[in-house]
Amino acid sequence: MLARCADPALLEGLPWLMCYLTSGKHMMFYASFGTVLLLLAITAPLALAFGFGGALASRSRIAPLRWFGWLYTSMVRGVPDILFFLFVPIAVDQGLEWLRHKALCDSDAPIRQGNDFVVCAAAKLPLSTDPQWVHEVYGFALAVMAFAVVFGAFAANVLAGAMRAVPRAQLETAEAYGLTQRQVSRRILIPQMWTYAIPGLSNLWMILIKATPLLFLLGVEDIVYWARELGGAKTSAFTYPHPDWRLYYFFAILVFYLLMTWGSERIIGRLTRRLSAGQATLAGEALRKGAA
Amino acid sequence: MKKIVLTAAILAMGAGAASAETLRMGTEGAYPPYNFINDSGEVDGFERELGDIVCERAELDCTWVTNDWDSIIPNLVSGNYDTIMAGMSITEEREEVISFTQNYIPPIASAYVALSDDIDPATAIVAAQAGTIQAGHVSESGATLLEYATLDDTLAAVRNGEADAVLADKDVLTPHVEESSGALVFVGEDVALGNGIGIGLRQSDAELREKLDAVITELKEDGTINELIKKWLGEDATVYE
Repeated sequence: MLARCADPALLEGLPWLMCYLTSGKHMMFYASFGTVLLLLAITAPLALAFGFGGALASRSRIAPLRWFGWLYTSMVRGVPDILFFLFVPIAVDQGLEWLRHKALCDSDAPIRQGNDFVVCAAAKLPLSTDPQWVHEVYGFALAVMAFAVVFGAFAANVLAGAMRAVPRAQLETAEAYGLTQRQVSRRILIPQMWTYAIPGLSNLWMILIKATPLLFLLGVEDIVYWARELGGAKTSAFTYPHPDWRLYYFFAILVFYLLMTWGSERIIGRLTRRLSAGQATLAGEALRKGAA
Repeated sequence: MKKIVLTAAILAMGAGAASAETLRMGTEGAYPPYNFINDSGEVDGFERELGDIVCERAELDCTWVTNDWDSIIPNLVSGNYDTIMAGMSITEEREEVISFTQNYIPPIASAYVALSDDIDPATAIVAAQAGTIQAGHVSESGATLLEYATLDDTLAAVRNGEADAVLADKDVLTPHVEESSGALVFVGEDVALGNGIGIGLRQSDAELREKLDAVITELKEDGTINELIKKWLGEDATVYE
């Protein structure tokens, strides 16, 4: 913190505001933008991987695998997101603690005692003795998992649709050249399906960006948490008393999300152009004519 | 740099393991002056200071965690933290789910605050924080109850006219009234609710409860709690005899 901010009560106007905006709490607010970006950076590829697995499973010739793919996509897509976000972290956390209790504790005391969920100290996850950042990383990881499972199911459906949209003639030609099923999938089907998948996936990406405030619901201190915390009216118990400023903070977040989605639109636009090149689609045809 | 951080982390873990027992203290962090997050981003307030003293006397190693008021009891019983010190009054309903130590703040008055003094709390639209004894009282009093997630939201509702009055702990409302330069006023009569504020614990933690109870008795006898109440809640606040 800056030296001239030592006694904010004496400051006024711009210096006060500068000190206010650089307080420790505001630094945490700024850092929480990083939390949101990190969530996106980890969740997007993970959800895509889940989706890819789900799509391949639902196309598989092995029946149980196909059922699993079908069950995953239809079950997760059929449950409200928020319910899932509330359910997954608690279920995973208690499930892991239960397993650790069975493996690590030698007490045979019941885990459910009345209202309480009690595991021995060694089975706690994270351990009570772990520093706070371990707890925060753990909470964040649970959130990433919940996001990846939900968005993976939607991505699986998009990708499965895209795989079905690749013209059968393309695959047949490859088969006629003597390529195996595996080679057809890897060299013809998957490279060509992206152009069909992009509209659906870009939609998902936009929804994912807009779903990040759900972190707040999971107890992760994200930008919405800090905006509400900082914006609320502050009495003189605080170093920087001020009236209700939530409007300004929420507006700042609104601008942040608009910038995020605006930037994404542009990048997706470019990606669509690149993937359409040489494709037997309307977009591909338009590109070919434009070049000629 | 990485190495330093890593070494520090390992040392911290070692230090944690070496001392007696680690306790995770849950609080809301949105109920000044009881508990709030100060401008450096740390938990602060009456309960932070008292909690740290209790931990020191009981020879426990304490870390503070914040949790939304809404889910503060469910997350205690599922083991995310071990105690609740969040201005939580001891009531029979809550004692069915969790247990409490003896109170560390005597039974205190709740008060109504409104924009003008011609509001009658008995018939008005009254805002209260969801899941508090005050919300329970309003719904029984015949007034229309509006529930909000935080105390801050209830005051904002009164200021922008959504609600006529707010009912909350008087100690918490006093600074808001005093610093509103006349905009907010106390209305109606104060009501006495609850059996004082105690530390919430899991019902299965009987041993911890006894330990904390003993420390609180000690702190009440040597006047430490009274000093803290006067420091944080004002000279006129109710203290122990």
